[in-house]
Amino acid sequence: MAVVFEKTKMLTDAVFHYCPGCTHGVIHRLVAEVIEEMGLQEKAVGVAPVGCAVFAYNYFNCDMFEAAHGRAPAVATGIKRSRPDACVFTYQGDGDLASIGAAEIVHAAHRGEKITTIFVNNAIYGMTGGQMAPTTLVGQKTTTSPYGRDEAWCGKPIRVSEMLATIEGAAYIERVALNTNANIIKAKKAIRKAFECQMSGKGFAMVEVLSTCPTNWGLSPVEAMKWLEENMIPYYPLGVFKDKTKEGE
Amino acid sequence: MAQILMKGNEAIAEAAIRAGCRFFFGYPITPQTEVPEYMSARMPEIGGCYLQAESEVAAINMVYGAAGSGVRVMTSSSSPGVSLKQEGISYIAASELPCVVINVMRGGPGLGSIQASQGDYFQATKGGGHGDYHLIVLAPSSVQEAIDLMGTAFDLADKYRNPAMILADGIIGQMMEPVELPEMKEYKVDPEKKPWAATGWKPGDKKQRAVINSLYITTEELTELNERLQARYAEIEKNEARWETYNMDGAEFVIAAYGTVSRICKAAIDELKQEGINVGLVRPITLWPFPKQAVRDAVMADGVKACLTVELNAGQMVEDVRLAVNGAKPVEFFGHAGSLMPTAEEVKEQIKRMREE
Repeated sequence: MAVVFEKTKMLTDAVFHYCPGCTHGVIHRLVAEVIEEMGLQEKAVGVAPVGCAVFAYNYFNCDMFEAAHGRAPAVATGIKRSRPDACVFTYQGDGDLASIGAAEIVHAAHRGEKITTIFVNNAIYGMTGGQMAPTTLVGQKTTTSPYGRDEAWCGKPIRVSEMLATIEGAAYIERVALNTNANIIKAKKAIRKAFECQMSGKGFAMVEVLSTCPTNWGLSPVEAMKWLEENMIPYYPLGVFKDKTKEGE
Repeated sequence: MAQILMKGNEAIAEAAIRAGCRFFFGYPITPQTEVPEYMSARMPEIGGCYLQAESEVAAINMVYGAAGSGVRVMTSSSSPGVSLKQEGISYIAASELPCVVINVMRGGPGLGSIQASQGDYFQATKGGGHGDYHLIVLAPSSVQEAIDLMGTAFDLADKYRNPAMILADGIIGQMMEPVELPEMKEYKVDPEKKPWAATGWKPGDKKQRAVINSLYITTEELTELNERLQARYAEIEKNEARWETYNMDGAEFVIAAYGTVSRICKAAIDELKQEGINVGLVRPITLWPFPKQAVRDAVMADGVKACLTVELNAGQMVEDVRLAVNGAKPVEFFGHAGSLMPTAEEVKEQIKRMREE
């Protein structure tokens, strides 16, 4: 019988610990498929964050590091500088990247560090049970914003892609969502571009993926996807915010 | 080889390079800034990597990344900056990675001063960051010894897969002394010797893929890690204690001191000898593992009435001296916190007071 489809070899056989309806699984698969399709498995080194994806080192089937909370871009810098031919990626959530690790991501971008960052934005701290993140929307209820995020008290959510796009060293920045099949295909293209950007030495690349957290949002997976479309995408518009990959071609 | 005159911080940097270190990540802070300055000029000459990090926090995490690739890597800082590195140091120790961290100590607590201090003894020898771990801590008392200990630090770090720290004080960093440098050593990552390193992997490879990690979510697995670490620490304690003794023959008192302070104590000992008072010195070179037996032997020697521990802090190593002596003889402390260096005159006065008591 002819094999028409196989699971990517870039994922191990470990069972994902992610909650039902969470989009981390889809993102893992897209990243893994891109690395395999580009033939980068032997060169790939991933850096897992602290947060829901903390066990990513059990899932991505390549050399992996587990970083301290927010420090993945600094760890990736040390790896890339000591192994310039490696394909180094960080996989980080919004608490990890936009809050405690804000300095590390800004400076990795600023140095034009030749790494690829997958930034999973679900507007909440998932692993610790649903606390307010820097990306939590105004009015959104979490366990540490039980009356809804108060703009006067906590400010508005950070738009990371827009912020990093202002940095010279950032070569490719795109925000994607996984709410439709078409958008999943777009997300994969964006991830591929971000890896190509690294391997051609253009500079820092990041793909921000809007993601659902049905468990901590208190919604069913279907309701969560609808909530993402109605609330997150209007505040976090999809699209390419920076693209230097065309330069010099 | 002829001797040359070198400043401590620059000598430390050159010695690291000659020990095969080709990766340096750091951040400026007085009184260690000449280390990154020197590295920034020297690394490009030899095809190494100097990178100025955005913070000490980032620098130590860059070290973590490079150490996981198996290369010889180091960072340097001074007391407040080393406090910032503690998170990363704990992760590196727990992930069983070799690296070298330099602390050119300055006065504390807080922002403190920029003068020399030994105020970070507790932090360096008792863990510093969270969890049960130890660094291998080496304390030079001269620029030459700082050079010699750099090679030792990298070798021990590799041998035991454990971070090593050179704990120098601001005077060692800033002082110029005539030194001899070792030969240049090239260090190549050998995947056979470092099978744990992330050097590239594909399905079908004999070895397992590298997972550089310190998360052990089950109590059983975390207990296993800790037991492995404790067994390693016991091995290090058994094998690696280093110390020097001075003028121990017929000593009626023993001074315990390390680093720059030990040299002041030697001067006091020489002057006391002129006055017919015989005092010995025991100088720990490894602060962890602390040379317990050597210190105990020195203090317990026949004719020794008591021990005086002299430090440039409010009394930190004295606790380890007291544990080593375990109440068998009196152990007194003299020192100043706040970077005010004890003088030979003060040390002599303390010994004379102890003789009269």
